[in-house]
Order: sequence, then C-alpha cells, then structure tokens
Amino acid sequence: MSEECLRLDRVAIGELAEASLDVEPGEIVCLSGASGSGKSRLLRAVADLEPHEGEVRLGEQAQAQTPGHTWRRQVMLVPAESHWWAETVVEHFFHEPEAAELEALGLAPDALAWQVGRLSTGEKQRLGLLRAVSREPGALLLDEPTANLDDATSKRVEAWLKARIHERGWPTLWVAHDRGQIARVADRHWRIANGRLEEVDAAWT
Amino acid sequence: MDVIELSWWQLALAAMMVVVLAACTFAMRLGMGRSLLVAALRTVIQLALVGLVLEALFAAERLVWVVLMALAMLLIAGREVMARQKRRLLGGWAFGIGTLSMFLSSFTVAVLTLTVVIGPEPWYRPQYAIPLLGMLLGNTMTGVALALDRLTDTAWRLRGVIENRLMLGEPWQVAIGDIRREAMRSGLMPMINAMAAAGVVSLPGMMTGQILAGTAPSLAVKYQILIMFAITLGTGFGTLAAVAAGSRRLFDSRERLRLDRLSAPRS
Repeated sequence: MSEECLRLDRVAIGELAEASLDVEPGEIVCLSGASGSGKSRLLRAVADLEPHEGEVRLGEQAQAQTPGHTWRRQVMLVPAESHWWAETVVEHFFHEPEAAELEALGLAPDALAWQVGRLSTGEKQRLGLLRAVSREPGALLLDEPTANLDDATSKRVEAWLKARIHERGWPTLWVAHDRGQIARVADRHWRIANGRLEEVDAAWT
Repeated sequence: MDVIELSWWQLALAAMMVVVLAACTFAMRLGMGRSLLVAALRTVIQLALVGLVLEALFAAERLVWVVLMALAMLLIAGREVMARQKRRLLGGWAFGIGTLSMFLSSFTVAVLTLTVVIGPEPWYRPQYAIPLLGMLLGNTMTGVALALDRLTDTAWRLRGVIENRLMLGEPWQVAIGDIRREAMRSGLMPMINAMAAAGVVSLPGMMTGQILAGTAPSLAVKYQILIMFAITLGTGFGTLAAVAAGSRRLFDSRERLRLDRLSAPRS
C-alpha cells in the first residue's frame, strides 16, 4: 500500500496548457470537459504514453527519473476501451482476483475462464478495471470507467471503485461526463475549458 | 560434357512466346500485357549488362572491383527492401536498418563460406564470390523486407493492444513480443519452405545450373546443400537484426509506442 500523493506540475500536451494539480492519497479528482478537449491526452501524459511538457511525481518519485514501464506499473491508466490479446480472460491476470471481486462488479464467478472473443463491451470494461486494479498500482487514472455500462451496473462499479480507492489510498484521476456520477464519487471536480484546467466549485456541480 | 551453345536467334524464339502471352492477356483485357513486356525487357537489358560486368570482373580478378560490385548490390537491395514496405520507418531508418542488417548477415556469411568452407584461390575469386553473395543477398532481402513490413504493419493495426499492455506496466519488449515473433516467422518462412521442398517438389536453380554445366549430380548436391545453409544463416541473422532494430525504433527512450515514426501507406 503506497499512500503517496500524485502531483502534476505544469503538464502541457496538445491544446492543453500547463495543468498543475495535486491529488492526495485516496482522493478522487474528477475531470470533465467537452469531447476533444484533451482529457484523455492529459491522462496519457500522466501515464507517460505520449511526449509532453512538465513534470509528474508520485510521492518522491519523479516520472522522468523512472523507467517507462516501472512508472506505468505504478501510475495505472485504464482506457475507456480495453484490449485483450490472449485466448482467455485469465491469461491477462498476474494474480487471480477473488470471487467476491467478480461478484461486486456483477460478473459471473466463471468469468475468468471465458473466451476473450465472446466478451461484450460492458464485460470488457469491467474486466479491464479488475485487471488493472489487481496489478496493485500506486495511483489510478480512469478514463470514463463506466462509459459502456447501464445505470445499475454503473453504480455498482462506482461503489466498488470508490471502496477500493479509499481502502488502498490510491490518488485517482477520474474522467467523467455524467454530473450525477461526479457528484457521487468526486472529492474535487476539475474541468478543462479553452485549453486550461480549472477547479469547479462544489456549488457548480 | 559441354553446355550446348545458345545463340541469339534461339533466345528470340523464347522472347516471341512471351510476346504471344502478352498479346493474349491484352486481348482478354487482363491488364497485365504492358507490365509483362516491360519486365521482360528489363530482364534482357539488366542481364546483358551484368554479363558484360561479370566478364570484365572475371578478367580483372581484383579485390577492389569485387568489393565495389558487392556494395552496389547491397545498396540496390537496401532500396528494394525500403520500397516493398507499406508503412516504413521515417528518416532513413527503413533503408538504414534494412541495409545494415543485410550487410552484417550476408557479407559475414559470404566471407566465412568463401574463406573457411570453399576456399578458392584467392578467396575473393569473383566466379565464386559474386554468385554466392548474389544468392545470399537476394534471399536475405526477401526475408528482411517481409519481416519489416509485417512488423510495422502489425504494430500499426494492433496499436491499441500494444498501448494497453504498456499501460499495464509491461516493458516494451513484452508488449511487442507477439508481433516480433510473427514478423520473424514471416521473414523465415520462405526459406524454411524452400528447404523442406528442395529436391522433392523443386530442383533448386543453382544445382540445376551446375548439372546442366556438366557437374556430377553428387557434387552439385553438396554445393546446393552448402548454399541452402548459407542462405538460411544469412536470412535468419539478417531478419533477426532487422526485427530487433526495427522494433526498438518503434519505441522511444521512455518506452512509448511512437507510430509517428512510420510513414502513411502509399495508396
């Protein structure tokens, strides 16, 4: 368990200029903004998947001083659309998650044995979250983690994520569109508008 | 047994038949007549010229000329490797990686085969060196071109998978491991097929040539086995080097997938 703070210092990528932001351990910061405003690219910059300006730190560790794969193992980005390369689901996991975890996400107990080819988009999204979380990262970057889920399942996944994040103390950046969801999960809410990152007052949401 | 002399009018007969084939495809509107004729013409001109070059080279028997000839062959092969790729690495890397890996493998294997195995006097005797290098380069070129093309094209199509694996904290070698294996396979497959089919389905060209020239089949077979192994070594190590360097170039020092280093496909 890490309990370290995620610190963005003047991160700039594409249209987005100089975003600075601190995320405390166990805190969920929601990011919103119009499509194409650069939310996903900001997450990609924090995970160091694209060349960018500025510096990111996890606790004492600086992004630029850490080998790429070591950094990404700790600052785990979960994309909106997950990809699967092996035959069955279980081959993508280092540690098999417990049955209770599958149940909490509304998945059948034998979901790990499923063929990747017959997963639905919603199943892929939930298993993608589980796959990332089961690698025990130090921070989470979630890109619309409930985009392909119905309302009831969304709330289940939200509750599960929130519980995990608080329990493990992961600083979390959560890209979300839905106001209701932001109100339910966010400790703070930031918005990208006109290429700038700005905090939204609680009254605003 | 001497080889039966071939005169130009006998070649003209064969050429006539190619023209007839072109006329047939033209009449049936298959659209291949023109390129068929152009390719046939290129064969005549290129082989006639190389015949002149080889005669001069054999007469001179100087190391400098053999090396110059080898370099010219290498550069043309490098250009060919580059031209055969759908999405090539930008900034001269496609040419550089292809040429360097062919140089390292083909030249090393050719020199080793000449000095250690065959041992002509002098070791660079053009009658041995140039045909050997030609066969090595020709096959290595095919292997390297196929492997690099498969590598860059598959990396492009499966970019989502590669990036997702990077996001999960896998090192770049693991994230592109499957694609590297597939590229290696497609580079080596023609040679493995050729070895598996040799003598059963096809009689290899060099052996056929030697037998036509009056060599005893048992000796021709020995030479053919030697050449097959040399070609396999050249293709294998060339493909290996090209895949290793090419896949490294797809990632930067931060282990990010950099598809902006590939050109857009030509339509």
